[in-house]
Amino acid sequence: MAKSKFHEALQSKKFVITAEIGPPKGIDIDEMKHHIDLLKDKVDGLNVTDNQSSVMRIGSLPVCKLIKEAGGEPILQMTCRDKNRLALQSELLGAYVLGIRNVLCLTGDYITVGDHIEAKPVFDLDSVLLLKAVSELEQGKDFAGNELKGAPSFCKGAIVTPEANPLEPQLIKFEKKIEAGAEFIQTQAIYDLDRFKKFMDYAKKFNVKIMAGIVLLVSAGMAKYMNANVPGIFVPQQLIDEMASAKKGEGIKKGIEIAGRMIRTLKEEAICDGVHIMAIGREGVVPDILKAAGL
Amino acid sequence: MIVAERKPFEEIKAMLDGYSRILVLGCGTCVSVCMAGGEKEAQILATQLRMFYAKEGKDVQVEDDTIQRQCDREYYEVLKDKIDKYDIILSMACGAGVQLASELYENKVVVPGLNTTFIGIAQGAGVWDERCRACAQCVLGETGGICPITICPKGLLNGPCGGTNNGKCEVDNNKDCAWTLIYRRLEKQGRLDNIRKIHAARNYKVCTTPSRRVHTAYEKEE
Repeated sequence: MAKSKFHEALQSKKFVITAEIGPPKGIDIDEMKHHIDLLKDKVDGLNVTDNQSSVMRIGSLPVCKLIKEAGGEPILQMTCRDKNRLALQSELLGAYVLGIRNVLCLTGDYITVGDHIEAKPVFDLDSVLLLKAVSELEQGKDFAGNELKGAPSFCKGAIVTPEANPLEPQLIKFEKKIEAGAEFIQTQAIYDLDRFKKFMDYAKKFNVKIMAGIVLLVSAGMAKYMNANVPGIFVPQQLIDEMASAKKGEGIKKGIEIAGRMIRTLKEEAICDGVHIMAIGREGVVPDILKAAGL
Repeated sequence: MIVAERKPFEEIKAMLDGYSRILVLGCGTCVSVCMAGGEKEAQILATQLRMFYAKEGKDVQVEDDTIQRQCDREYYEVLKDKIDKYDIILSMACGAGVQLASELYENKVVVPGLNTTFIGIAQGAGVWDERCRACAQCVLGETGGICPITICPKGLLNGPCGGTNNGKCEVDNNKDCAWTLIYRRLEKQGRLDNIRKIHAARNYKVCTTPSRRVHTAYEKEE
């Protein structure tokens, strides 16, 4: 039986689409609510980031609840950076009773990349152990082996970086995540479809749904910046040239065209099970990307 | 060994402010080797302080001495006859040494001259690298002799995070990714199976502070 609407979509063999909501820093949620309303009926799930990039913001869980109330399908992102095993499990139980049924388990960026660089990094668990903790809660036991009064059930996800260098240690961890209970995997942004296909040749051997990460390019400069500075992202020269060919002020338009084309290819060639679109601050254009993809 | 670094002169001056008989007490073991708080460093700091007080026109007496090991009671014996001359002791030992000095000289003020930084190794002249967090559950047998608790800032036990970048760490790209190092070494040794199984979470109960260890030969009978 499907554990959630998103889980049902994953099981249906349709091409699944998720997007991302980044909670604001502060209590003005008008723009975020606008994005939720804009996207909730166009995608199968909305990830809500957890203090993304180690920058303090509204938490993932309350925003998941807002999405639920708005009639959307939230995916709770949980990192191990700010919470120990007690806080993580407690939040998972809380999420379940609030109707949140999808969880994406991440290790989390390190503290010093964010805006509270003097804070204590937690990392009591890691992404694999967090998945294991969720799986154990589902079995009616907490991480310490104590009985629960009622067990939750979640559609559990994790991430992988197909462009990591070296890749092999990443793949060992990918396999551990599946062993720990991951049912779906959203990848780090991918741009080189030939290389992604090679990754999929390997990943298809596992009983897990793979959603390719799509990050909207807005300029050639952004692509070059990511190549130089963002771990695990590789934008091929061909795409950088294509972005550079855009007329002044039409970078986003070109980025939307590229993202749409990639999604269309991934779907038509049945390369993977879906896509996870990260528009990073430009959530408003996600419908345009979907339109460009013919979805 | 324990690696430390001297506190800034300004901070040391502020701690000593108002006292007139100062002992700068060096430690002849770890902090001596890492050139932070040994005999030579105690002498240099004492000289620096004397010059400062002379320039300020203050009548402050600063002397220095160094004992072999400030973390071990027996080495304090040599100070017995002169310790009463001082009203403050600036300990140049690691935090453990400062605390023992403080415990032994309860009626005196003992302040630290160093910041204790880590347990590490000498990496050539004047360079030390952290290698051990004293976590009380050593995993080096599984990880090819490379400590993920120390070398990975997140202390990850189940493989690299997504921030690993061409063998470097997302936290500091001058530093190696612990899990790339571990992978490479185990691959070379044909021991990759070591890291294919899910590693259990760390047990923080065994390193609840403060720890005590009693050698079995010295355990008292019940």
